[in-house]
Amino acid sequence: MMGPLLISIYVFVLATFLGFEVITKVPPTLHTPLMSGSNAISGITIVGSLYTAQTGDVTVSNVLGAIAITLAMINVVGGYLVTDRMLKMFGTKKKKRP
Amino acid sequence: MSDGFLQGVVVPVLYLVSAIVFVVGMKGMTRVQSARRGNFLSSLAMLLAIVATLLKLGTIDYRWIVAGVALGSLIGAVTAVRVAMTAMPEMVALFNGAGGGASMLVGLSILWIDVIEPGATGTAASVMQADSAFSTALSILIGGVTLSGSVVAFLKLQEKLLPGRPVLLPGRHVANLLLFVGALGLGLWAVFGTTDLTLMGAAAVVCAVLSLLLGIGLVIPIGGADMPVVISLLNSYSGMAACATGFVLNNNLLIISGALVGASGLILTNIMCVAMNRTLVNVLFGGFGMVEDTSAKGGPASDYGAVRSYAPEDGAMVLESAERVAFVPGYGLAVAQAQHVVRELATELEKRGAKVSYGIHPVAGRMPGHMNVLLAEADVPYEQLLEMDAINSEFKETDVVLVVGANDVVNPAAERVPGSPIYGMPVLRVWEAKTVIVIKRSLAPGFAGIKNELFEFDNTMMIFGDAKKVLQGLLAEVKQAAAA
Repeated sequence: MMGPLLISIYVFVLATFLGFEVITKVPPTLHTPLMSGSNAISGITIVGSLYTAQTGDVTVSNVLGAIAITLAMINVVGGYLVTDRMLKMFGTKKKKRP
Repeated sequence: MSDGFLQGVVVPVLYLVSAIVFVVGMKGMTRVQSARRGNFLSSLAMLLAIVATLLKLGTIDYRWIVAGVALGSLIGAVTAVRVAMTAMPEMVALFNGAGGGASMLVGLSILWIDVIEPGATGTAASVMQADSAFSTALSILIGGVTLSGSVVAFLKLQEKLLPGRPVLLPGRHVANLLLFVGALGLGLWAVFGTTDLTLMGAAAVVCAVLSLLLGIGLVIPIGGADMPVVISLLNSYSGMAACATGFVLNNNLLIISGALVGASGLILTNIMCVAMNRTLVNVLFGGFGMVEDTSAKGGPASDYGAVRSYAPEDGAMVLESAERVAFVPGYGLAVAQAQHVVRELATELEKRGAKVSYGIHPVAGRMPGHMNVLLAEADVPYEQLLEMDAINSEFKETDVVLVVGANDVVNPAAERVPGSPIYGMPVLRVWEAKTVIVIKRSLAPGFAGIKNELFEFDNTMMIFGDAKKVLQGLLAEVKQAAAA
């Protein structure tokens, strides 16, 4: 059954091309926020960890899943907040200038 | 709402919307004006993805989930709010490692929840489908390398527990190769090769451990100056790890967002490599800047002949009459936390009618865009931050260039000395300006470990000292002259 896998590969390849197209246009000034922001996106793996931590029992999968959720949330919340902090500095400076 | 409708329509549509919003958010990052909104959209997409997943799971026990989400959010929020802008490279490395670690653990825990805990009778591949099983092994491998590699990068950037310089262990290439083959082989064997659940679990855990060791082995030989490349690459890995998890779960949202991150990391990696005139292979395995023979390449201060050392008041005299001034910041600016005083000095010079700009080399600092963020923190308008090509055409008309804590990125040897290790690397041609003021602690070589002839040029004034103190001195002198 290659069907679903093939579709996933299509999605992967096209998304990679899309990523290249969009991100090539990011100016160097924004490279750090780009990195920390895209970093936060990689926390999307939390979707997988929610699946493995879905019962209340103390099992290997639940414990590993819960740790994975914690790590993913550090990545997500920390990444977005820190990116916002940086971008805020880029944005407000005109108003602040004397 | 029936369960089938929820699972079959609502959840997939929410995932699709989430994927679209991720892309739109990324697109926002292409302009300074829309970047903040883009980041916000991206975080909304993440929220949507989490909500959709919880809907998909239906009625479940939330205890572990709530605990994990609460703890992770708290740690993430506190660190994000507290971290200093100068420590941003470390922070990004650490967050990145967390993402990789999550992917690794997801790979392991899926193996347990789907195969080991239900007491499956066949191989993991027969239970999960071959493609999911393969991706599980990849998820563990890439996630593990990302986690430990990022932690090592973090420690190297901190320069407390680990030195920033390359740590070269003998036989490291062979060791890394063995670790890679071992981790991949065990991971694949765990999912394809065994029906014994105990052995399967053990093999998966050992695969994870070997991946972690591999991450350490890959990053520890890389020097501090190459960190922009390494961080970019690890960023890309964390995206790839999320992609692998997406293949495990047959979840297109994970594949799309992971691919976006992977592409972003690769683009940055490439930009950094081009800016150093080196290939990725050379950065990862070449061991640059580790200087097998320091004396041959030009050692420290003794190599310098006619270096003219000045005091801040001499520099201030030149600055007072300058009409066009350019700052060229380097990692030393970050170390001395001198971004605010740079801005104050620039403001003072602007008051006197000078035109100020900043020349940013792509690899200045320890991560892509590092200098831009620091200067933005100090309220430098981003219009004044010029890329290398833009400022290089302006140096001829510039009266004074202030080089603050930069070395290799302003080394003329890159253009003039064919045998030099940095020959061919694009540099900022600061020496074309009328006067170059170099603020530096000492004549110690930069990361490349080579001499910088710029320091001996006739139009160069060296002011030795801590960047912040020297700049404060310059500022005080310029202000005094203004008052007089």
